[in-house]
Amino acid sequence: MSSFACPVCGYVYDEEQGNPREGFPPGTAWADVPDDWACPDCGVRDKIDFEARPASDA
Amino acid sequence: MSTETRDAFDAHEHEHGHSHSHSHGDGEPVPEATWRDGKRYAWLLGLLVPTLPFISWGLVEATGLGVFWWFGPFVIFGVFPVLDQLVGTDPNNPPDGVIKWLEQDRYYRWCTYAYIPIQYASLVFACWWWADGSLSVIESVGLAATVGCVSGVAINTAHELGHKRASLEKWLSKVALAQTGYGHFFIEHNRGHHVRVATPEDPASSRLGESFWAFLPRTVVGSLKSSWELEAVRLHRAGHSLWSFRNDILGAWAMTVVLFAGLTAIFGWVVLPYLLIQAVFGFSLLEVVNYLEHYGLLRQRREDGRYERTRPDHSWNSNNVSSNVLLYHLQRHSDHHANPTRRYQALRHHDEAPELPSGYATMIVLAVVPPVWRRVMDPRVMAHYDGDVTRANINPRARKRMLARYGKKVPA
Repeated sequence: MSSFACPVCGYVYDEEQGNPREGFPPGTAWADVPDDWACPDCGVRDKIDFEARPASDA
Repeated sequence: MSTETRDAFDAHEHEHGHSHSHSHGDGEPVPEATWRDGKRYAWLLGLLVPTLPFISWGLVEATGLGVFWWFGPFVIFGVFPVLDQLVGTDPNNPPDGVIKWLEQDRYYRWCTYAYIPIQYASLVFACWWWADGSLSVIESVGLAATVGCVSGVAINTAHELGHKRASLEKWLSKVALAQTGYGHFFIEHNRGHHVRVATPEDPASSRLGESFWAFLPRTVVGSLKSSWELEAVRLHRAGHSLWSFRNDILGAWAMTVVLFAGLTAIFGWVVLPYLLIQAVFGFSLLEVVNYLEHYGLLRQRREDGRYERTRPDHSWNSNNVSSNVLLYHLQRHSDHHANPTRRYQALRHHDEAPELPSGYATMIVLAVVPPVWRRVMDPRVMAHYDGDVTRANINPRARKRMLARYGKKVPA
């Protein structure tokens, strides 16, 4: 499982946890998150701007 | 600002960054290199606004003049603009090294939380006077306008709180919005406005050649519609019905219904029209501030069809101390859009961001008189775009007029 961070505010999307409030249940793959989904915390950057985090951090 | 000066700016910040741990002294002599927050106690002045209905009453009692029930709008549109001119500006920034420390200092949070109990105490106080029957209709409307100043500025408090991750702050944000029925704001603002700012798709970004009075209905209706659509997408994805209390908009509006119904039950039907007047006055005050923030500014489209990233030059800023203290640094708007979750006390001035000629308090007075606004602001938008009107966010209805006036042809 991988995780991806918003480059502006540091919000992390972790595939293992998903984001149920946003409609992504735990286990939702990053690939299944729509490209135009904006960071739920800051709204400044979209999914495609997110950066993959090293596995050790996840 | 050029890259070179930008680097110099950062270097300057780092130079001072090391000394933050000493900067919170209590009366000891502070070494020159140490950074101190000059506005630390000034933030408490923001709490003057929710006390306006009490001050109005005090002045009516002291003078016997009922006109003082109108004291709120007099302060917002009369006194604060004068303070903008008298107090002047402050371009000082907290150095990078102290930002984290500054943000975790809970004192600043309490300055915003404290707004809310005073806000509601003043609302109940006003209901008591509306129900009392001793005020004339004109005086009651004046009191509603004064209360509307409180509920309007409360949207600014809610704005500060609604950007934070903590659920307590998100909840307090909804509570502060309940008085204006603007519970949908914290969804539309965070997920709509911040994503689409300075584009024609954003209902809350005003356009060159668009008067405030044309902007007002467009932003009120457009923001409502947009928030509903955002919530519909989220709930649909999660497999929930739109018509449930999982819908954050309905949840927030329910607070308004309970509040207004409760006050009506206690004080009688007589208070309901005034509750509605103060709500409309309050959200219109918020919208006139929205009108200032991005007037005419436009993010260009990149080759891949996406809009360029939001940069400091996509918001109008101001360093007027008086307006900034009353609105929790809202006028350091570029940094807010670059870092929306950053707490108000840590927001920074950017040299490369366009500056308004005065503070927000002054500019809202100009905004409600469109010919004056256009005279002051249209040339500034033009100067910002080096005379190329096609780079501005132009009101479609005014497009022909603007192109004719500023002598640019529509690009083929």
